[in-house]
Amino acid sequence: MTDQAIALDAPAVRRQRPWVILLRATWGQTRTKVGVVIVLALVAVAGVGPFFAPYAPDAPVQRAHGEYALPFEPPSSAALLGTDNIGRDVLSRFLWGGRSVLALAALSTLLGAVLGIAVGLLAAYSRGLLDEVVMRTMDVVLAFPQLVFALVLVATVGPSLALMVFAVGITTMPRVARVTRGAALEVVERDYVRAAEGIGVPRRRILFGEILPNITSPLVVEVTLRLTFNIAVIAALSFLGFGLQPPAADWGLMVNENRQGLLVGQPWGVVMPVLAIGLLTIGTSLIGDGFSRAAIGIEGGRGRT
Amino acid sequence: MRGIRGFVIRRVLFGLVTLFVASIIIFAATQALPGDAARSILGRNATPDSLAALRDQLGLNKPVLQQYWEWLRGVLTGDFGNSLAEQRPVTDVIGERIVYSAFLMFLAAIISFPLAVALGVASARRRDGPFDHVTSVVSLALAALPEFIVGIALVVLFATSVFHVLPGVTIIDPGTPPWSHPKELILPTITLVIAVTPYTARIMRASMVEILESDYVEMARLKGLSEQLVMWRHAVPNGIAPTFQVIAINLAYLAGGIVVVETVFNYPGIGAGFVDAVHARDMPVVQALALLIAALYVVLNMLADIATILVSPRLRTSLK
Repeated sequence: MTDQAIALDAPAVRRQRPWVILLRATWGQTRTKVGVVIVLALVAVAGVGPFFAPYAPDAPVQRAHGEYALPFEPPSSAALLGTDNIGRDVLSRFLWGGRSVLALAALSTLLGAVLGIAVGLLAAYSRGLLDEVVMRTMDVVLAFPQLVFALVLVATVGPSLALMVFAVGITTMPRVARVTRGAALEVVERDYVRAAEGIGVPRRRILFGEILPNITSPLVVEVTLRLTFNIAVIAALSFLGFGLQPPAADWGLMVNENRQGLLVGQPWGVVMPVLAIGLLTIGTSLIGDGFSRAAIGIEGGRGRT
Repeated sequence: MRGIRGFVIRRVLFGLVTLFVASIIIFAATQALPGDAARSILGRNATPDSLAALRDQLGLNKPVLQQYWEWLRGVLTGDFGNSLAEQRPVTDVIGERIVYSAFLMFLAAIISFPLAVALGVASARRRDGPFDHVTSVVSLALAALPEFIVGIALVVLFATSVFHVLPGVTIIDPGTPPWSHPKELILPTITLVIAVTPYTARIMRASMVEILESDYVEMARLKGLSEQLVMWRHAVPNGIAPTFQVIAINLAYLAGGIVVVETVFNYPGIGAGFVDAVHARDMPVVQALALLIAALYVVLNMLADIATILVSPRLRTSLK
């Protein structure tokens, strides 16, 4: 319905979907391309790395004579990056260790984004008491730094993957909800939403069919930002010993396990995962900045015409 | 003025309500969750006698509401109960650590603020020049890095593997003040400074870009004032105003950041104490520190909101 109405307004201009415009403007920037290359490279390492790993992630390194390697051995032909705190292959554990960080960060961000968008849309559309109650509840969750909230739960329940996703997802929700509500408040007032209400379009279709597509830009920017922060929180939880548990191979956990190696001249067990996590967050934040600049550009262009 | 006072009162009341609900969440999450807190603390091999004793000590046999009420009454009178791991009052355990954390946060704040202002001003003056671009990309990258990654990277660079110039962990005798260990403070402070400076610098730059294009800066230039005078007498004081808000937000962020940074450097503040307490399942300490960090967070965010109203004339008049 509304697409037609717009087309009648300006028949000469072929209107594109907002997210296509956003993606074009985002991809047009060098920083986005750099970010995408970095992230894809690390996703590739995490995804197919295990197929190239010389050892199983929890297997001890064995030398040619069959004897087991010692902890924190320097790089050798048997272990290209040396051995870790209990004599396993650093390279193999590095290649195995990316999946958990990526999967958990993506899942928790997805959970937080879905919940936050639903809550934010509902608040903006219903206004009044429901809006007030819902957003004040979000503010209470915002009273805790994400990591602190997760640690309180871990202290009670004990470390578990589901708990990590839940804790990080729940603390992502209010942040996404705020942005969604802020952007949606303005769209709710527009004519085409009023028109859709007038002809009796069901509320769910107005929320997800009319309002959501028109707040894509701020949402994509926020969710990418949240992904960057959530990678940090997930990795930090494992680093602190409350995420993935030994003998799992995980980048955050590796940093923790191999810190003693720094003192005895075998830094690779720490350096590799630190580089990977650092590059990953830099990559996602470059992409996020690309989105953010593109969104500002689109908004600015719209304001001028 | 009544408008502003009304706003401040409402905001403070709202902060108090938030904190009250936060205390319910903390209590519910740590003590009232289904399951036996005593068993999860002592583990599977606990004897029935020790379980019963701990349940008694934690007050787990009483109704949940009464447990919460007694805990809250204790909190309000400064009694957080006894640490299970250290067998002494929680306030003693926290009291020693809080000085360390406060000093670390103070150091990070007084270094990062002038640094951020200087970077923001310099970038805004050479807008879209090479300096601006480099600062923008570097600060974007640094802001993205998790604190423990920055901390560990600094340890690798300056303490263990590349240069051996600074201590990588803090070894502090109990009872000595934090400022008697300047060398140990360097790396944790730099880590926190790296965590908070980029954001402030970005806000400062944005605010300066706007001001440098304003009429009164144009006017000052046309009067023939030197560029130095225009910058530091006219532009910068106005540009700093919005960053007060950011400082409060940043300090709130530091309250979360110290958890990881103190653990990386084994620094004996409340952040590392929190992690230790979670490891030991020392629930009274976990509850107290979670509430303390939440309180810090809520108060600083409240100050940020109030500062925003006070420094922006348009919002201020809209309240009158």
